[in-house]
Amino acid sequence: MSDFLTLAVELAWWQQTGIRAVVGLVAVLLPAGTLVYLFLFKMMSFMQSRLGPMEAGPHGSLQLLAEVGKFLQKEDIVPEKADRIVFKAAPFVVLISTFLLVLVIPAGPDAWFIDVDTGIFLALAVSSISVIGILMAGWASSSKYSLLGALRAAGQLVAYELPLVLAVVGVVIQAGTLNMQGIVMAQATGEIFGWGGIGNPFIFTQFLGFAIFLVAVQAELTQPPFDMPVAESELVTGYLTEYSGLRFLLFFIGEFATAGIFAALAATLFLGGWYVPGIDPTSDLFNVIGPVVLLGKVILVSFLIFWFRFTYPRFREDQLQQLAWKVLIPLSLVNIVVTGVLKVVF
Amino acid sequence: MTAVDDPRQLAYIAGQASDARVNLEIETEGMTLNIGPQHPATHGTLRIVVKLDGERVMRAEPIMGYMHRGYEKLTEVRTYPQVTSLINRIDWLGSFANEVPFILAAEQIMGVEAPPRAQWIRTLLFELSRIANVVLFLGDMGVQLGAVTPVFFAFRDREFVLNQIEAVTGGRFHPNFDRIGGLKDDIPRGWTEETKGVLGRIRKFCDEMEDLVTGNEIFQARTRGIGVIPADVGLSYGLSGANIRASGVDWDLRRDGGSGLVYDKLDWKVWTHPDGDSFARYWVRLQEVREACNMVEQLLDGIPSGPIMAKVPRIIKVPPGEAYVETENPLGVMGYYVVSKGDLVPYRVKIRSASFSNISITPWLLEGTYVPDVVSILASLYFILGDIDR
Amino acid sequence: MPGLLKGLGVTFRTMVRTLTKGSHTVQYPRVKEAPAPRARGVITLHEENCTSCMLCARECPDWCIYIEGHKYKAPPRRPGGKPRLKNALDRFDIDFALCMYCGICVDVCPFDALFWSPEFEYSEPNIADLLHDKTKLGQWMETVPDFQEYESGSEAKKPTVPQ
Repeated sequence: MSDFLTLAVELAWWQQTGIRAVVGLVAVLLPAGTLVYLFLFKMMSFMQSRLGPMEAGPHGSLQLLAEVGKFLQKEDIVPEKADRIVFKAAPFVVLISTFLLVLVIPAGPDAWFIDVDTGIFLALAVSSISVIGILMAGWASSSKYSLLGALRAAGQLVAYELPLVLAVVGVVIQAGTLNMQGIVMAQATGEIFGWGGIGNPFIFTQFLGFAIFLVAVQAELTQPPFDMPVAESELVTGYLTEYSGLRFLLFFIGEFATAGIFAALAATLFLGGWYVPGIDPTSDLFNVIGPVVLLGKVILVSFLIFWFRFTYPRFREDQLQQLAWKVLIPLSLVNIVVTGVLKVVF
Repeated sequence: MTAVDDPRQLAYIAGQASDARVNLEIETEGMTLNIGPQHPATHGTLRIVVKLDGERVMRAEPIMGYMHRGYEKLTEVRTYPQVTSLINRIDWLGSFANEVPFILAAEQIMGVEAPPRAQWIRTLLFELSRIANVVLFLGDMGVQLGAVTPVFFAFRDREFVLNQIEAVTGGRFHPNFDRIGGLKDDIPRGWTEETKGVLGRIRKFCDEMEDLVTGNEIFQARTRGIGVIPADVGLSYGLSGANIRASGVDWDLRRDGGSGLVYDKLDWKVWTHPDGDSFARYWVRLQEVREACNMVEQLLDGIPSGPIMAKVPRIIKVPPGEAYVETENPLGVMGYYVVSKGDLVPYRVKIRSASFSNISITPWLLEGTYVPDVVSILASLYFILGDIDR
Repeated sequence: MPGLLKGLGVTFRTMVRTLTKGSHTVQYPRVKEAPAPRARGVITLHEENCTSCMLCARECPDWCIYIEGHKYKAPPRRPGGKPRLKNALDRFDIDFALCMYCGICVDVCPFDALFWSPEFEYSEPNIADLLHDKTKLGQWMETVPDFQEYESGSEAKKPTVPQ
C-alpha cells in the first residue's frame, strides 16, 4: 500500500493510516455483507423453493441494512449474574481475530496491508484468538445453555485447528515460501507439465488439501454440519443465547466476515488469489482489478461452504471429534508426505 | 409384586427410590437442565427436566400439562356436533383423524351405520390427514437434527394435501366434517382427479427425502442405534403406531381393529422394521406415507355411489349406553370412550391419546444418552402437545 | 459419501428450479391466490329467510351470535282474516373475534339463512370492529359463490344460493 500511494501523491503518515483503516474496515465488512445477502438470504431461500426478502430495496438487497437498524434500536440486556466486563468484551475479541486475519491477504501485487515473510503462519496463529472470545462469551453469560455451547465450541475449534494447518503445509511445500504474495506469484508463474497458460493454481495438485481445508473451515466457523455449539434445536444458539441487540449483531457480522476471510484465504492458497491468467502478474492493472477478482473467487468458495451448510444435518460432538482426529488429520499427513516426495522427485 | 427383570428398568426404579430416601451422602451434583417449555426443539410446550453429568443424561422427567385445555370436562357440556368441532384441535396436524373414533363410538351406541359412500370418503380423508401429518414429521426430523431444508419441502408439499382437504370440507386444518351417520357434505366434481395429481407430488417428495435425508451419512450416524426400544418394553409402556412397528411388532389397527372404515377392501401392507432405533421409526413413517398414497389412489378409484348420510334426526340425542372405539391415527392408537345417558350432551368422554403413552417411555429411554441424542429421540418419537395434554 | 452427494444434488436442483421456473411462494399481497369455493372465510346472512328461531345462537360452541328480535302483528293475508304474528329481526351480530369457524350455525339453520363465503381479508386493527352486524353480514352475501356440482355417484341434491 505504501508503494502504491507514494507513486501517485505524497500523503502524511496519519492520512495513510486513516485510509488504511477505512480500507481495512471495508475489506472486512463488504464481503460479510455480500455473503449475508447472497447466500444467507437468497441462496438459502432458492434452495427452499422460496424467494427470501424482496421488500427492502430491489430484490431485498437492503435487507441487511434494515437488520442493522433493527439491532441498533434494541434494548441492551446484560444478564444479572453475568460478569459484565467479560460479557461485553467477548464480541470484540472475536472480531479482533477477523480484522487481524484480513491484514495478511493480498489483493494485488502492490495492494496489501502488510507483507511479512511468515504471512500464512501469522494468519493461522491469529485465527485461534476467536476461541478465547467464544469461551469468554459462554462463561460470562452465567447460563447453563451458554456454558454447554462454549465448552463444545472450545473442543471443536481446537480439534479442527490441526487439519486446517496441516492442509496448508502442502501448499507451502509446493510454493516454497510462507509469504502470501509469494504463494500467489508461485501460482501465477507456475506451469502445469510445461504449459504456462493458466499458471498453476494449487487446487489441481492439492485437491485433497483443498477438501480438508474446506471441511476444517466449516468447523472453524461452527457452521452446519459442525454447528453443535450453536445447535439451535437444543441449546437455543448456545454461547450466543444471552446476547441481544448490537452485541449479537457484532457476533453475526463477525461470523460472516470470518467466513469471507477464510474463503479469501482458500482462494489465495488454492485458486490463485488476485491473479487472472492472461495478464502479466506484475502490471499495475492488477492493483485495480485484483480486489474484484479476489471477491469473485471468495464468492465461489463461499458458495461451496454455504451449500454444505444448508444441506446437511449436524454431527454429534463425539462424531465431530472422531472425524477430525481419525479421518482428517491422517489424510492431511498423507497429503504432506506425498507432496513432499513429489516435490523432491519432480 | 410383578417381577422386573430388565436391567435398565431396574436401574431406573432404583434411581427413583434412592432419590426418595433422605440421602446423607453428598452426590456429585450433576447439572439440572430444563429443556422447555419454551424451546425450539420440543413440539410445543413440553418441559423435560434432565439431570446431566457432563453431556450424559442421568435422569430425565417429562412434565406435561402446559397445554391442558380441559377437553374431557368440556365434552360434558357440549352437544355432539359441538364436540366434533372441538376435538379437531387435539392432534392439529392430521385433524380429521381425531373426529373419526368419536363419531364411530357415538354411531355404535346409536346403532347407526354410515352408508358405504360415507365410509369410503371417511377413510379417504383419514388417509389424507395421515399423509399431511407424517409429511410434516419427515421434514421436522431433519430440522431437529440441524438440516434446515427438508422442513421447507415438507411444508411446500403438504400445502397441496391441505388444499384438497379444503376443497371438500372448507377448512385446511380443522375440517369438522364427520357427522353421526355419515359426512356433512359430498365431494365436489373434479376433486378425485385433482387429488390423484397431488399424490404424484407427495411421492416425489418422498423420493426427495430419500435422497436428502435417509441416505445421508450424517443423518444415519445421528439416528442409527440411538434410542433403541425393545418390543416388549415398548408394549409395556403402551407405545403404539409407527413407534412400536419400528421395533418389529406387526400390529396395525387398520388391519387388526374393528370395522367402520373400509381398510379390508383395499390392498395394502403394514411396514415394520426390526431395529427399533430412531432411524427405524423415521423409515417406517416414510414407507407409511408411500403406502397411504397407494391407499388413497385405490380409494379414489372405488368410491361407491349412494347417499352420504344415513337417516338420523336433525338434533342428535344418543340413547343411553357406552362404547369404546380405537383407530390407528397418524400418531398412534387413539381411542374415545363415550358414555351417554340419553342427553343432547355426552355424560363422559375419555380420550386415549397416542402421544401421552408414547412419551411415557422417555424417562426410561433417555437415561444414559447424550444431550444431542435426546433431541434425536424426541424427534423420532413424534408427539404433538395437543395430543399429550388435551 | 454417495448419500452426501445426492443430498447436495437435491438442494442444487431445487435452487436451479426456483431460479428458472419461479418459486413456490407468491408475494402476497401483490399476488393473491383464490381459496377453494367451499373455504370457510366469513359467514353471511340472508335476512329474508331468517325467522329469529335462535337455533344458530344456541348451537354455537362459543356463543358468538347475538340475536334480538320482536314479534309484530302483520296484516292478514286476505281481508277478513285475523292479523298474523311474525318475527322481526332487530339485531343479528356475529363476533368474529370469538368465532371458531366450525360451521355449526350454518348447518343447523332450518331456513337456509346462513351461508359460507370464501372471503377472508377482513382483519381490523380494532378488535371491536370484528363484530359484524346485520348489514355487514348481508353485504357479504354478494361474495358467496354458487354451490359446486357433486362428483358422479352422489345422490345429494345441490342447494342453491338465494339471490
